[in-house]
Amino acid sequence: MSEAPVLEVRDLVRRFGRRTVLNGISFTVHKGETLVIMGGSGCGKSTLLRHLVGVMRPSSGSIRLFGEEITGLASGPLDAVRRRFGMLFQSGALLQSLTVGENVALPLVEHGKLDAGVIDLVVKMKLELVGLTGFEHFYPAEISGGMRKRVGLARALALDPELLFSDEPTSGLDPIMTAVVDELTTTLTRKLGMTAVVVTHDMTSAFRIASRMIMLGAGKRQGTIIAEGTPDAIRTHPCPEVQQFIRGEADGPVPLRLSKDDYIERLLGTPRPAPKTAEL
Amino acid sequence: MKAYLSLNLRILYWVLLAPWTGRMFRISEVFRQTATIALRAFPMVALTAFSVGFTLAMQSATELRKLGGEMFVPDLVSVSLLRELGPVLIAVIVIGRSGSAIAAELGTMKVSEEVEALEVMAINPVRFLVVPRCLALLLALPLLTVLGNCIGIAGGWTVCRFFLDMTTPGFVLSALRSADAWDLYSGVIKSVVFAWIAGTVACNAGLGVEGGAAGVGRATTHSVVTGLLAMLVANAVLTAIFFVHA
Repeated sequence: MSEAPVLEVRDLVRRFGRRTVLNGISFTVHKGETLVIMGGSGCGKSTLLRHLVGVMRPSSGSIRLFGEEITGLASGPLDAVRRRFGMLFQSGALLQSLTVGENVALPLVEHGKLDAGVIDLVVKMKLELVGLTGFEHFYPAEISGGMRKRVGLARALALDPELLFSDEPTSGLDPIMTAVVDELTTTLTRKLGMTAVVVTHDMTSAFRIASRMIMLGAGKRQGTIIAEGTPDAIRTHPCPEVQQFIRGEADGPVPLRLSKDDYIERLLGTPRPAPKTAEL
Repeated sequence: MKAYLSLNLRILYWVLLAPWTGRMFRISEVFRQTATIALRAFPMVALTAFSVGFTLAMQSATELRKLGGEMFVPDLVSVSLLRELGPVLIAVIVIGRSGSAIAAELGTMKVSEEVEALEVMAINPVRFLVVPRCLALLLALPLLTVLGNCIGIAGGWTVCRFFLDMTTPGFVLSALRSADAWDLYSGVIKSVVFAWIAGTVACNAGLGVEGGAAGVGRATTHSVVTGLLAMLVANAVLTAIFFVHA
């Protein structure tokens, strides 16, 4: 891969007060790759994504998008970078006052300088891609959550971006529509050369679309990358946390089930006499 | 305060400078918002203005009758409404109704990531959301003030015509004797200033929302309270500038 990376993140740190949410994140994404970012709830995946699109500014570190450092960029030049990528939000983030068609047309109207007939045609094409033909005149409040997410994807693809950021693209979708969205992502990246950065919890979908994966840690390793590699490398990764996560097991190194030992102490906030026998 | 001043400067930039560089705000949205604000507020404005004109005429008639000055009721009604009561009361209605609606709408858009989505799409939220709403208030509030003044004076006329046996030409001549064009203009100028305050305070409160539904509620209340206080202070300052001569 001699070509310059589409996205390059170096030593990204973000602190909220005394809490460090991102702690020295570094990775690169090259053209045509699909990078899947995994990790438990609250590990900083969405915060990382917000930094990548320039909505949040890091405490330190560097983010280069299309070769341009965006961490200190003014709004004008940052907007020029933003026109080259699309983003699918976790909730869809559709404008409630606009119809589905107007939402998809919004980037075209604002940046495309196309005439109304062409915009109408592009909107129909993008809605067809996500299986929502004929829904142009519905308002977001009149369609389901999964449909809103697909409209969000159609809007993110409206300007044929070079890079697509997706935050949980398949959550709330049925298995068939999940496969359709995965196939669409795969087609756009592998056949048309688009690059994708996808944050997801859905392991089936992640292994289906990823060309590379990173996993963010929790607990003591909060905000760091604990595993990085191809889907095959992640499947056989020696880290027990990674294995617990990809297998979806309740018991393991990630302590989601708390010990029964100090149950009373947790409830009452006072230490109790040491138990005679340890139990779990 | 810093965020509020920054928002004011950004609005001025998008209204006065950006159109010269080819980055126009949405004119159609300005007219759509103007129509929405004016039409929805009009029934309340009309009822309030008529009621104020009517009660003002009744109260003044009762007192002026003791001095034999009933013929001055139209003068008092028209001057009071044009200079003070019309602009202030109608601004109170618009701040309470439309200002709160704008703060709640923008606040909801903020918490549901719509504002963030606009930023990521390289669409400036101030140009896209704030400017049309502020300009709409700048058009709608003076329009509602002029209409409200007319309806308020009609309320005063109702009392004079049917309870004081004054003729319509007599009422009109008497009303025009004291009130001049400057009274109308000063009221309209005040309403323009009040509209700017209402729009900027509401938009600033809406875009500053944090903390979900509770944050939207707080922002809405804040926009109404701050907007009303700022409007009343501005009214006192403008009255001093317009009518108090050394």
